[in-house]
Amino acid sequence: MLATIIRRLLQTVVVMVVMSALVFAGIYLVGDPISMLASPEATEAQREAIRQSLGLDLPLWQQYLIFMGQAVQGDFGNSFLTGEPAMRLILQRMPATLELASVAMLLSVLVGVPLGILAGLKPKAPRSRAIMTGSVLGFSLPNFWVGMMLIMVFAVMLGWLPASGRGDTVQLGPIGLSVLTLDGWASLLLPALTIALAKCSLIIRVTRAATRESLPMDYIKFARAKGLSEKRVLGVHLLKNILIPVVTVAGLEYGQVIAFAVVTETVFSWPGMGKLLIDSIINLDRPVVVAYLMLVVFLLVMLNLVVDILYTVLDPRVRLEARQ
Amino acid sequence: MSAVRTETDVTAVAPPAAGVESPWRRLACDFFASKLAVLGLVLLVLIIGAALLAPWIAPQNPYDIGSLDIMDSKLPPGGESMAGAVYLLGTDGQARDVLSAILYGLRTSLMVGFLSVVAAFAIGAAVGLVAAYFGGRVDALLMRIVDIQLSFPAILVALILLAILGKGVDKVIIALVVVQWAYFARAARGAALVERGKEYIEAARCLSLGAGRIMLRHVLPNCMPPLIVIATIDLAHAIALEATLSFLGVGVPVTEPSLGMLIANGFEYLLSGQYWISFFPGIALAVAIIAINLVGDHLRDVLNPRNIA
Amino acid sequence: MAFQFTRALACGAAAVALAFGAAGAAQARDLIVGLKTEPSSMDPQYHALTPNIQISNTMFDGLVNTDAKLNPQPALAESWTVDGNVWTFKLRPGVKFSDGSPVTAEDIVFTYARAPKVPNSPSPFTLYLSAVEKTEAVDPQTVRITTKGPAPLLLVNLAQMPIMSKKAASGAAPEGKTTTELNSGDGLVGTGPYKFVSWKRGAELVLARNDHYWGKKPAWDRIVYRPMTNAASRVAALLAGDVDMIEDPPTDDLARLKQNKKLFVEETPSARVVYIGLDQYADKSPGIPGLDKNPLKDKRVREALSLAIDREAIVQRVMGGAAQAAANLLPYPMFGTSKERTAIPKANVEKAKALLKEAGYPDGFAITLGSPSGRYINDAKVAQAIASMWTRIGVKTSVDALAPPVFFKGRDSYQFSAYLAGWAASTGEMSNPLNSLVVTPDPKRGVGTTNRGRYSNPEMDKLVAQAGTTMDDKARSELLQKASGLVIDDYGILPVHFELSVWAMKSDLRYEGRADQTTQAQNAVPAP
Repeated sequence: MLATIIRRLLQTVVVMVVMSALVFAGIYLVGDPISMLASPEATEAQREAIRQSLGLDLPLWQQYLIFMGQAVQGDFGNSFLTGEPAMRLILQRMPATLELASVAMLLSVLVGVPLGILAGLKPKAPRSRAIMTGSVLGFSLPNFWVGMMLIMVFAVMLGWLPASGRGDTVQLGPIGLSVLTLDGWASLLLPALTIALAKCSLIIRVTRAATRESLPMDYIKFARAKGLSEKRVLGVHLLKNILIPVVTVAGLEYGQVIAFAVVTETVFSWPGMGKLLIDSIINLDRPVVVAYLMLVVFLLVMLNLVVDILYTVLDPRVRLEARQ
Repeated sequence: MSAVRTETDVTAVAPPAAGVESPWRRLACDFFASKLAVLGLVLLVLIIGAALLAPWIAPQNPYDIGSLDIMDSKLPPGGESMAGAVYLLGTDGQARDVLSAILYGLRTSLMVGFLSVVAAFAIGAAVGLVAAYFGGRVDALLMRIVDIQLSFPAILVALILLAILGKGVDKVIIALVVVQWAYFARAARGAALVERGKEYIEAARCLSLGAGRIMLRHVLPNCMPPLIVIATIDLAHAIALEATLSFLGVGVPVTEPSLGMLIANGFEYLLSGQYWISFFPGIALAVAIIAINLVGDHLRDVLNPRNIA
Repeated sequence: MAFQFTRALACGAAAVALAFGAAGAAQARDLIVGLKTEPSSMDPQYHALTPNIQISNTMFDGLVNTDAKLNPQPALAESWTVDGNVWTFKLRPGVKFSDGSPVTAEDIVFTYARAPKVPNSPSPFTLYLSAVEKTEAVDPQTVRITTKGPAPLLLVNLAQMPIMSKKAASGAAPEGKTTTELNSGDGLVGTGPYKFVSWKRGAELVLARNDHYWGKKPAWDRIVYRPMTNAASRVAALLAGDVDMIEDPPTDDLARLKQNKKLFVEETPSARVVYIGLDQYADKSPGIPGLDKNPLKDKRVREALSLAIDREAIVQRVMGGAAQAAANLLPYPMFGTSKERTAIPKANVEKAKALLKEAGYPDGFAITLGSPSGRYINDAKVAQAIASMWTRIGVKTSVDALAPPVFFKGRDSYQFSAYLAGWAASTGEMSNPLNSLVVTPDPKRGVGTTNRGRYSNPEMDKLVAQAGTTMDDKARSELLQKASGLVIDDYGILPVHFELSVWAMKSDLRYEGRADQTTQAQNAVPAP
């Protein structure tokens, strides 16, 4: 186990380096950051001066080496647009995104798994059909539309919840968390629901499919034959076996939401990192994009490590090492 | 333990009635037994038919911008054009007939969505199975590549591809495949890891069956259920993603909108009271997705080896 | 600083004010503004960008400030005299910074000296000091500026230079307080009606009333800015009462918002023109396939393309009325425009087709129109409408609506035969768009920087250069009128419309809209 973790950490470093190189090359291919930054009234001479001061006149490989040299010391460069340290900009906004993603995924799993099992138990029952139809709507409805509808109903018409922004936060050291305040929850609810709707539908479907797979299995029959209560049969024996695909999908979705929850963050003006990324890509603010994606790939590798470990916990037959 | 279909099982499964029944006939019978599945199939055929026949059945060619008159824009359903033609579902912001735009748009969206999902599925499943089967360094290398891919934002992928390859519908499909395959890879690997530990794989190896054969014919069918769920949902994602990418200039020209683009374009009008610009294309998309899911759900149940006998 | 602490303090202060029964002019009220774009920095000399400039103008003043019509008005300078290249400014007596210290000429000198020293600025403010040779403090109340030559635009440019406090903004670095320090409020001291309290990027920027302000007492206790980049969300927040005022609602919502009794909508013509640039340089234009010459070099073809555009239809149907059809590069009566050029050319499809035939293109030709997507209001939609209008006269147009960086890359490398773009005249007068958009490109002199169609008219160039050194307003205006007339008559550039800037607010508020499209919240006042 420890060996796996250490190996994974080493691989993470390699992955981060590869990612940074890809971003450098990629942004270079897309366009010229100066065209997005400089005032349209700047003369050619002024543009050159800006280019030099940002180091963009050097050949690309040289810029990359300078970047790597600073990165290993923890300095990921300053945003072209704001002049602030890129990593600091991102880390300031990360708690907000993590909060939103975590609450949304928690909701999705807590609601989705039971509903999925229910739908899988008696697939032809009307309530199962209802759940399945609901889930199709859940992921067909565009994210943006769901968000705007929730705002219209709960904020504009009923006035129960705020239409945008994050609520009050409580400082825990450097991090501010809004889940610890009532006002925070009021602002968190609508954006979390928006995200959770689609994710929940996915989890319901995956759970149902896995339930249908596992129900005819012998061990379920044995458990029932042994006289165990239905609650125990489902809640312990069935659950453990269907969780692998659920964990896989939940893990993947969690990663995706953390990295790319832009639409929801935009609609609700949620001060998270997603919007920062999109704006930085459009503005070709390379330091921010590089720092962001290196951080994201790190988080994703770690997340997938957790998922892999969960596999071995849920199903002892799973081995992560090479087969003999 | 798990009832896996191998060559020896197939014939033993079908109960001999008046002779040996063909497995396809059996499949068809099971499928059509469900009314919902039949409904889904009918809808699907109608939708695909409408999309294919669009140039003949659409009242207007919305891609011919010379025929559009901006004074006809944003007319409500049933509204009349300057020339007297009636727009059944109204017109959008560029004066395109919404009904015609939906029919033409379906073609692009369905084609792009379907092709990209199938390709992403194939590539992803292959990578995932190989990673799970061989484990160790192969697994580590492939999964790290998957991690990089999952972290790479779709918009950046599309912009880079635009810079390297230029525009075109085929480039959109490539961009979508590049963005989506990693998801399938991880899901396939997860399922395959579970299967790898089971006895039937040992048995197959003892029979000296090749790795490829084991993966394809024995492991893959048992990994299908979560993968198919993801595939059907991914179709909806692909269509929405294509709309986002088209906004940025990759792929379908802005004057030849796909269904996804129509919906996305129409969002800003939703709150201004011109709901039809986004609403009707949205319904069309929802119906298409529901139809695909109805068929897909039942097909999966019917094809599941464990549900036979 | 702890977000909650500031909030609690402000709430406490407001509660106290209410308890004392605030009757009289001081409103115990905050103004909450929904912004389209967040400023990138608090440093008033870091980035010459509209979102930054509008915030600086609330916390700082220049020697002069521009009013809503972009005319310079006395601010920190009470009066001035010009003698050749020497400008002498007399400072307004008794003005204090928000920390109580008095304003002296040393602060002006310090501010102007700092601008070139700000490192890594993506868009330096030295742009506005390009005509200045040196700045001296003659005595504590008098500043002398020597320019490199006649500088008729000096005042308008100096209005873009907020005056910082030498005492507060000096520091260890060459530029004094660094951009990062200023971003957290350290050294951010100005003479404006409001002063900095706190800034949480992406969430909230809070300013409070400056009790030392020299002008009319500011109306609000605090101004809170919240960035809301999605237009529909901004409107929803206004409707829900979460904010008091928003910038730029979507054009399609305007009719509905104007009907809403709880809201007030302010519309003002801006100095931003949306135009079509045409390639008039290449012999074989990259976006026109199949021809071995460039039809755009023929004036009749350009005229035909202009006549095909139904500008009124675009204003009504695409811009939802939030625009003005354009016949020139600036709306009348801005400086350098003449009354003769206000008549909008009516769309005339027949005449356009006849002109094409006369020029030798009876069957038209194919062309690609490049456009950014999301840079200007409804840019891609306007491009599509124009494309359909051109196709109707036989010029089969396809639209390349691209993400802004991709668009700029293509435009700046001359890949487009025709492109849609916008230009805001920050000086509020005609030499600005002429110099940037249609004067023959000359990198040495720094003109024609955005003339990507490479239009060239030597006679017009001469007039514009002359206007640059003419101090007499009337003479300069005539030169500019003549110059702009030349390029419009030659169809060297095709103006389409002027954007109307729109602000929506609660019905008990009023805001006088500005031609530079900035939201200067200090000018939002309770309705009379």
